[in-house]
Amino acid sequence: MSLIEIQEIAKTYGGIHALAGCTLSFEEGHISGLIGPNGSGKTTLFNVLTGYEQPDSGSVHFDGDEITRLSPDKVFDRGIGRTFQLTRIFPRMNVVENLHVAAQRSGGFRSELSRWSSASERARAKEVLDFVGLTRLASEMAGNLSYGQQKLLEFGCIIIARPRVILLDEPAGGINPTLLRHLASRIRALNDEGITFVVVEHDMEFVMGLCHKVCVMHQGRTLCSGHPDVVRQDPLVLEAYLGTDMRETDLTRSGAH
Amino acid sequence: MAVAEAAPELLSPAEIDRAFRDPFSPSKRTRATSWILLLAVLTAFPLVFTNPAVTSIGVFTMFFLLAVVGWNIFSGYSGYISIGHAVYYGFGQYTVALLIMHLGITSGVSELAIVPLAGLAGAVVAVPVGLLVLRVRRHTFIVLTIAVMFIFQLLAFNFSSITGGSTGLNVSPPPWSGNDYNLPFYYIALGTAAIGLLTSWAVRRSKFGLGLLAIRDDEDRAKGLGIKVTRTKLIALVLSAFFVGIAGGLYAIFIGQVFPQFAFTPFYDLYLAVFAFVGGLGTLSGPVFGALLLGPLQQYFELQFGATTLYLIIYGVLFVVILLALPRGIVPSLADRYRSFLAGRWRRAEERRGVAGSGVTAGSMIASAPGAAPAERGGS
Repeated sequence: MSLIEIQEIAKTYGGIHALAGCTLSFEEGHISGLIGPNGSGKTTLFNVLTGYEQPDSGSVHFDGDEITRLSPDKVFDRGIGRTFQLTRIFPRMNVVENLHVAAQRSGGFRSELSRWSSASERARAKEVLDFVGLTRLASEMAGNLSYGQQKLLEFGCIIIARPRVILLDEPAGGINPTLLRHLASRIRALNDEGITFVVVEHDMEFVMGLCHKVCVMHQGRTLCSGHPDVVRQDPLVLEAYLGTDMRETDLTRSGAH
Repeated sequence: MAVAEAAPELLSPAEIDRAFRDPFSPSKRTRATSWILLLAVLTAFPLVFTNPAVTSIGVFTMFFLLAVVGWNIFSGYSGYISIGHAVYYGFGQYTVALLIMHLGITSGVSELAIVPLAGLAGAVVAVPVGLLVLRVRRHTFIVLTIAVMFIFQLLAFNFSSITGGSTGLNVSPPPWSGNDYNLPFYYIALGTAAIGLLTSWAVRRSKFGLGLLAIRDDEDRAKGLGIKVTRTKLIALVLSAFFVGIAGGLYAIFIGQVFPQFAFTPFYDLYLAVFAFVGGLGTLSGPVFGALLLGPLQQYFELQFGATTLYLIIYGVLFVVILLALPRGIVPSLADRYRSFLAGRWRRAEERRGVAGSGVTAGSMIASAPGAAPAERGGS
């Protein structure tokens, strides 16, 4: 059984069917890619998965337990962390404080009265900062960071909480190639330690090079899924992305990474 | 999950301190010394300036200090600007007045001894009020807090069998005179304000307080990172209401009268918000500066020009001027200027030493000089 099982999820906004009976699953230990044209429901799916949106129907199971309609904090407590398409950090808190927001919050209210910057937690934050490469900015206000640095910080905010699954919504958007390679290497390193990833991304080179499996979404449903090399050749995918007349374009050539 | 790539080198706490230290913020010792100095000055003040007219301005300022520090624990840290804290202020006043009346308390000492109950009353009433108003955010929250405050004013006017309605309640004042009258109030308020400040400090360094700051910056994101937002906000509001309730209780005994329109008054809320704004919202010391600067001024204006409410206009103009000059309030704005001054000096010193550009390596694309990040924004 897969770690995350999504069954027949539907979600409408007014007259728009953002998700129209979407069924798919993500395997434990994989880096799964989720691609699809704009408006195909990828971000809505993330929102439903993490409790930010309530689905109209369908179910989500995580490790065998149903988590449909749990609130975001409970989903997070179960071990699913996410980043956002438009990076969301806490701009008026400094970098270290940002990291500590998510760190070790499962101990009930008593633990909340303890200092957030205890020695062990600071060591942990230092480790994460070194890992994402932001140590020198530790005391800087997060809002003063560049966009790419904010993306790394948001990533750090998730990994400090040691989730089992990390959902990344367009991690490559607006990031330069050097930083992107840095990010990809961090994702692989964490994956090697057993963390499952689901990545929504439009940068095909990034997705195809990183993922074990790719799902393609179109109009609120899954179109197909499989190994990146297989998906890349699928005529349905090319049609969904590019229209029928443009099959010999970028998508087929962007394999090497 | 060991996050570091290689075997993580074990850092001593001191080394981590060094890595995290903000090079441009005052040291712990400087901060502690400043607080102790301030406390000493405030303690000495009524002993040096013994004129009762002056010390009573001091008393009102301490009442404000206590309430603003309390208000800041909720509104400052969480960003939920409450214009309804007069609910807890008024509740504190009526609690004290009714207890003194019905228990037949006459001695000044026992009157002051029941003041903590005013705080408790404020804290208790904050629970249902909080469960109601904390369902909404931002502007709607502000409007709703004002509305709730006026509901309480109307209740106080109309439940005249308990509250005395518009004729109010009398509290027999403690049988002291002159400075002997003012000093106990002054020191009790100062002491409670100090406890409030310690609470504020403890909140700021706890995970709970960090959650409040996260709620201020992005509540939905905070929730997505596991913070129990409703619980966190409600507890902060209750803490905050406790201190404002005590301010109300002290005020009722000091003045000797409780009226609906002065207990549940929008002006009080505006004062609290303005004092905190001017000093620096959501900082530890901001509300203290705000209350100590504007509290006496407010008293002076009210004494001098209280007959007309024209003084409110002067007050408003002053508020606008301060916010134009220091838009984020005195403490954060000055701290920012001090930081950029130090950062500029640091940078010039680096240049003089010829470490131009601080060495561009692959690593420096994602790191930069401490405190100098904004200047290097274009970097990545």
